[in-house]
Amino acid sequence: MKTASPFLELEEAPRVRVRFDGQPLDLPDGTNLAAALLAVGVQVFRHTPVSGAPRAPFCMMGACFDCLVEVDGVVRQACMLEVAAGMKLSRPHQDGSENAAQ
Amino acid sequence: MQRSDLVIVGAGPAGMAAAAEAAAHGVTVTLLDEQPRAGGQIYRDVDRAATKRGDILGADYRHGATLTTGLSQPGITHLAGATVWAIGDGFEVSYTCGGRASRIAGDRLLLATGALERPMPLPGWTLPGVMTAGAGQILLKQSGVLARRAVLVGSGPLLYLIAAQMVRAGTPPLALVETQTRRDLLRAQRHLGRALRGWPYLVKGLKMLAEIIRAGVPRYGGATDIVIEGDERAEAVSFNYKGRARRITCNTVLMHHGVVPNTQAARSIDVPHRWDDQQQCFSPVVDGWGGTEIDGIFIAGDGAGIGGAKTAEVAGRITALEIAAELGKLDRARRDTLAAPLHRIRAREGAIRPFLDTAYPPCQEALTPSDSTIVCRCEEVTAGDIRGYAQLGCVGPNQTKAFGRPGMGPCQGRYCGLTVTALLAEANGQTPDETGYYRIRPPLKPVTLGELAAMDSPSQDAAE
Repeated sequence: MKTASPFLELEEAPRVRVRFDGQPLDLPDGTNLAAALLAVGVQVFRHTPVSGAPRAPFCMMGACFDCLVEVDGVVRQACMLEVAAGMKLSRPHQDGSENAAQ
Repeated sequence: MQRSDLVIVGAGPAGMAAAAEAAAHGVTVTLLDEQPRAGGQIYRDVDRAATKRGDILGADYRHGATLTTGLSQPGITHLAGATVWAIGDGFEVSYTCGGRASRIAGDRLLLATGALERPMPLPGWTLPGVMTAGAGQILLKQSGVLARRAVLVGSGPLLYLIAAQMVRAGTPPLALVETQTRRDLLRAQRHLGRALRGWPYLVKGLKMLAEIIRAGVPRYGGATDIVIEGDERAEAVSFNYKGRARRITCNTVLMHHGVVPNTQAARSIDVPHRWDDQQQCFSPVVDGWGGTEIDGIFIAGDGAGIGGAKTAEVAGRITALEIAAELGKLDRARRDTLAAPLHRIRAREGAIRPFLDTAYPPCQEALTPSDSTIVCRCEEVTAGDIRGYAQLGCVGPNQTKAFGRPGMGPCQGRYCGLTVTALLAEANGQTPDETGYYRIRPPLKPVTLGELAAMDSPSQDAAE
């Protein structure tokens, strides 16, 4: 049971291992990455480059860019990606001190 | 370069229906869509989700599968996962698909880019745990993921739909904090006669409300002074209800007060737009066939003005008939014969809109937010900042960029544009049309230098 997550998953799916900020996470293979991260209890996806405020998915349709995460070295929208085994994910602008990565 | 008679951007109801109709008349179609599977947002991932959780999502959602089926006919190339980032002359559309940038040219271009949630800047709306109601629906449709302890905030049919779906899934929302008032409902009465033409929608709406009420979900109508509280994430919604302060603790807030046309692509190629007072948003100027003021460029579906999924589907087919006629695949008389019943369906489908738009108007405190509320999520610019720029003589949204960068972050104004226009219009005593909107420029979505450098056919024009 993933009691920490504010979200409920209706179905089970085969899981694959990814790393998020170095921690291993098992996410359902081929599913929407942002949804999968939310479902396992990831609450903060990034910190803003302006004030360092925490952010997480807002629109889930590729429009708001609040779900940006670093995926294998490139900052991308988690809601527009699908989970794949071995993905290396991290939070961009961890401390709010860096400028936009792109 | 690849070439098609018709290039369509967006595989929602309008884009899918247009592709099928056009192909049926011998038009070659390339359909570009940034999602991995067709459906748009309303029918998101319908081919996979309808079998798994069709009972929760309902028959209206399952209808989307008839449209995805229509794409598997010769003459249609559906490029899934293709993100369009620029549109050039001669309708050269640049896109990235699978990490590779390419271009395709079309004699005709149809933008079926759909809708965005109307921005709802309330205090705390940038906190993790706050999402649009549409996002809540997408999580359910595509991923089977539901918020356990959610408060729904705002107004409109979509709010009731997601609430009813959450009830069916066994995770009812904690409460509906609704911003429409009794007075709005009374004002809407005068549209009820016309709305009765769309009676199945009224029946569905009442059924959804009955499901919500039966599940014991509390509703707070006419709520004001709404604040989403929390430090690192949303923890509670506080508001005023009938003169008393209320507070509901929660993990997730889903907000919605209508959707608005997604005009980014159309604006990037200077399609003229006009303020729509009834829908409180800008819409592109289009004729009855979806034709814009630029020859060869068409817009169908919610991107041309909010009408809903069925209207979008019919509009897509109407536009496809006109395009087939322009390309000489169909004579004008045949076009008119085929379009006549579609025009009638569109009129019937649209009959309920004035009632809905009046009964569920946008939430005023989110249209012109309090000074300390962030309006530009990307650059963290507040409503007070925008009002301050107006005091310094700033009259238009593009000028605000020089003052404080609103609209210059990665979302490119998608979630602050209408608010910035509204705030400037109010401060300067001008209309939204006089105030105008952000100038939208390509790239419409991020593209890497590596993708650009590796483009299969480097543009001659770009080098000149």
